[in-house]
Order: sequence, then C-alpha cells, then structure tokens
Amino acid sequence: MPIHEKSLIRPENLKTSGESLVIDGIDVSGHWSTFIQSRVVRDYDESMEQEIAALPGGEYIHRCWQCGSCTNSCTVNAINPDFNPRYWIYLIRMGMKDELLRDKDIVWQCVSCNKCTYACPRDVVPEGVMKATAHWLELKGHTAKSHSTVFDEIFSGQVIATGKIEEGRILRGFFRRTGQVLMQDWVVELVRRMIRHIPVGLLMRMGMANVLRPRTRGWGRARAALEEYVHEQEARHRKALGLDHPAE
Amino acid sequence: MEQKYKKVAYYPGCALEGTGHSYNRSTKEVGKALGLDLVEVENWNCCGAMEVKNIDPKIQTYLSSRVMSIAANEMGFDTVMAPCNGCYHNLKKAEYDLGQDAETAEVVERLSTKAGHETYKAGQIETIHALDWIKDSLGEEGIRQRVKGGLKGLKVANYYGCMYTRPRHIFPEKDKGPGSESTLKPHYMDDLLAAAGAENVDFPLKTACCGGAHTLSDSDTSTRLVLNILRAAEASGAEVIATECPTCHSGLEMHQIRAEKKLGEKTGVKIVYFTQLLGLALGLGARQVGIHENVSDSLGFLKQKGIA
Ligand code: SF4
Ligand code: SF4
Repeated sequence: MPIHEKSLIRPENLKTSGESLVIDGIDVSGHWSTFIQSRVVRDYDESMEQEIAALPGGEYIHRCWQCGSCTNSCTVNAINPDFNPRYWIYLIRMGMKDELLRDKDIVWQCVSCNKCTYACPRDVVPEGVMKATAHWLELKGHTAKSHSTVFDEIFSGQVIATGKIEEGRILRGFFRRTGQVLMQDWVVELVRRMIRHIPVGLLMRMGMANVLRPRTRGWGRARAALEEYVHEQEARHRKALGLDHPAE
Repeated sequence: MEQKYKKVAYYPGCALEGTGHSYNRSTKEVGKALGLDLVEVENWNCCGAMEVKNIDPKIQTYLSSRVMSIAANEMGFDTVMAPCNGCYHNLKKAEYDLGQDAETAEVVERLSTKAGHETYKAGQIETIHALDWIKDSLGEEGIRQRVKGGLKGLKVANYYGCMYTRPRHIFPEKDKGPGSESTLKPHYMDDLLAAAGAENVDFPLKTACCGGAHTLSDSDTSTRLVLNILRAAEASGAEVIATECPTCHSGLEMHQIRAEKKLGEKTGVKIVYFTQLLGLALGLGARQVGIHENVSDSLGFLKQKGIA
C-alpha cells in the first residue's frame, strides 16, 4: 500500500497570480502560475517531545528514524489517510505543534492493533506513542476527552474498585456519560437476536450480575494501593506537562 | 501421545462470564471430551482488558501478575490457560515486561505487597492459549482419532485477530520454525479444525483488526473494519468464521448487525467459536456447546449440514 504523505500545498499557502500576470511580456497566468508562499516556521515547541515522552507509551519516541513502516501497516490509515503515525512522530520531534493540532481530533482513533509495533524496526512502539499523544492533547486542553478516554476511565474505575467488570454496567455508564441513547436501532436488533435462543437461566444470571456486582474477594487493599498509585502518576504527569492547577 | 497440558490452571476472564459465555461453556465441554482438566484460578480479577493500559500500563501488568501469582504461588500450577485473546495477551505482556523492565517489576512488587499477596516473579508460570492447550496436548492426530461425525467439509475462515500474535516480542515461543505457531500466518486453529474435518479457505485477513478496542467509542470505524473481514471471508468462500476471542467474536456479531442497519450491507457468513466447532465434531450436542447463544443464528445451517 502506498504511503500517503500530507502536502503542505494547502489553499492558504498558495499564491495565485490572478487573471493576467504578464512577466517580461509573457502571460504566465494559468494553473501553473501557482506558487507556494514561502513559510517561515518560528513557533517550534521544543518541550513537546519531552512532554509526550513523559507519558506512558511515549518513552521510545526518540528512537524513530522515519522509515514509515508504522503508517504503511496501520489499520486506521487504511481507512483514513490523514491518520499518519510516522508524520505525527515527525511533527512531535520537530516541535511543530500547529501542524500536529490540525489532526488533534483523530489521533485517539488508534485501535491498538499493534501492526505498527510489529513492523517498527526501531522498537518505538508507535501504538504507545499514539496513546501518549492523545493523552497529551487532552491534558493540555487541545481536545476534549474522547469517547475512548471516557470508556477507558469507566472501565478502569470499575476494575480498580472491584477487581472485575460487568459488561452491562460499563455499557450503560458509557452511553450515559457520552450522552448517547442506549437503545439505538442496531442495539435493539442485537438484543432481539441475542435473546431469541438464550435460555432463561442465563438471562437471569446476566440480570443478576447487574444486582450482585461481580467482584474479587478481599480486594480492598489492592484497591487502596491502586488508587494511591493512580494519584501519584497523575501528579507526575501533570508536573511533566507543566500543568500546575489540580485536575478537575 | 503424551498429553502435555493434562491439567492446567484456567483463567476464563470477565468476558467469558458475560458476552462470551458460550466460549466458556464450549471450552470446558471440549476439555472434558478430550480428557483435559481445567482448574479455575481462585478468586481471580480482571486482567485489565484493552482499557486499563491506557490509564497506566503498569496497572495492567499488576492486574495480570496477580492472576499468575495465585495460579503459581497459591495453587501450585506451572501453566495457566486463557481462552480470551485479551487475557492471554495481557498475561504474556506482563510476563515479558516483568522480565525486561526493572521499574515495572518494582511497581508490581510494591502494589502486590500493599495488596497483601505474594509478588509474581517472571518465569514462574507459562501462559498458554486454548489453541496451544488443545494442539500441544493432542496434536492433529489425537483430534482425528476422537472425531465423531466431524465437520464434513464445512468451509471455514479462521480468524485470529490482533492480540494472539502482536506484538511479536511478547510471544517468544512463536516463530520457531516448523511446528511452532507463526505470528504472521497463524495456523493452530486451521490445523485443529482441518483435523476435525473442516475445509479451511484461503483467508487473507486472519490477523486483521476488528476495531474491538473502539467497538463502542468509535463504532463507525469498527463497523467498517468488521465489514472488511466479513466480506473477505465470504469472498474466500467461507460459510463460517471461526473465532478464538470473545471480543472479536462479539465484535463481529455486533457490527454484522450494525453494518446491515446503518450501511445496508448484509452479510450471511456465520460466526462460531472454534471450540464450538471442535465440540460438534467430537459429537457434543449443539446446546452443550452453546450454539444457541450465538447472535449470528447458525443452528439451522449447521443442522442442515448434518454437523449439529
Ligand atoms: S515504524 Fe518505527 S522507526 Fe519507522 S517511522 Fe514508524 S515509529 Fe519511526
Ligand atoms: S496500533 Fe494504532 S497506530 Fe498502530 S497500526 Fe494499529 S491503529 Fe495504527
């Protein structure tokens, strides 16, 4: 599959000559009389790479040698050419924040398939870099929390609290927090087909899981240790990113 | 043939107590039919699935290490079997990270001590998948000998997903030449089902991603990814997609319906756990292996084929 590269030839960077540009008596107007305006980049954000490297997953970003294997193998890139891990790693290492921010709303879409990690010759773990970058964008306030982050938080919150998860509870919590209607037409169809053959006993057991939350016995101490660790890490990340005000 | 994994610790994980119930059930039934014993890990916890690592990878490592610690230190096992790709992957990753990264080992030790259980040390236990469990215990010959009825040339696309093979470094036992599992072109499920009488089709998307990580938070992407897989399976001539992971399985089921409702793209290929197919081939009843619990309704089709 060819590697899609983003062009800097964007409408706002173009200089067009207008109707009739005549130079030395020669009419040079027309589609080829189009020039890219010279761009001077002054707004390098030199701390961006260090900050992203300080978040979990971003540790090995410095190893990248821009071979493009990650983008070439990427699942999401195949359906959206704008999703380009190699390019983003380049921008981050160069400190070209404004360019990165153009794609801020799609970085979170990485599906963690690890095709990139498999292909990367430098053990950058691009999958981790995608997660670190998505978190960086959220922590810095460039994007709102993505649905994916909301889901991760609900899920992890339940695991840390009880040791186990119960799918129905996670589902309802997620739809509620993201303001979506739970009973969308395809969900209704799914449930309809699911319960067609399921024995009553199983349905009751699934229903009971909502009432009696599945949990790991004696989890209290693990919970306390994990909560303490999470707070410790949150403080560390905020410090690394230079965010002084406490988390909301 | 000596049964390598005659008795192992069994870690079903959260999904197998919920949406993956029929995988749990068919795995246990197949074990029974093959004379392999499973002892469930006592008072286990969630491995962290695909979500906890995004909050902090070391928490995920801790969660997985606790499961291995109980199986090894409290129950005395040297092997733990996880049928869910997510659990299998996370236990393998924890094993790798604990062996390679001193900081991770230090965090896990601290958390384990505070939580009040023995710290898991790399190398104490071997994590295997349900595929390894059956394949390495019986081999294809062992399956062939035990088949009753068989799969009668059922055309199967074997779908392995992401977590069973990627990233390569956490699976040191794979890619070891003939006989070992391949991370690029996995074949354990193909081998087992062929021995049970299936005809495996040439399926190019064995290790493609179904978008399971974002099945709810980015449903449109997942639907497109799943639709690719379903279409490719049908184009390869498959009647059935065999799965080995509850997340993949329910993702395929769910987005098959979503593709139909949202995109008007109807696909008819059936989605069945490999343990269900194996169970049927071994002469177990369709109910026994939970065929009726699957969303993609395959009971009628399998009956018509004379398999169920
Ligand atoms: S595959 Fe690795 S080294 Fe190559 S561009 Fe991607 S991250 Fe960089
Ligand atoms: S893990 Fe993310 S970045 Fe890597 S190939 Fe998969 S979707 Fe692309």
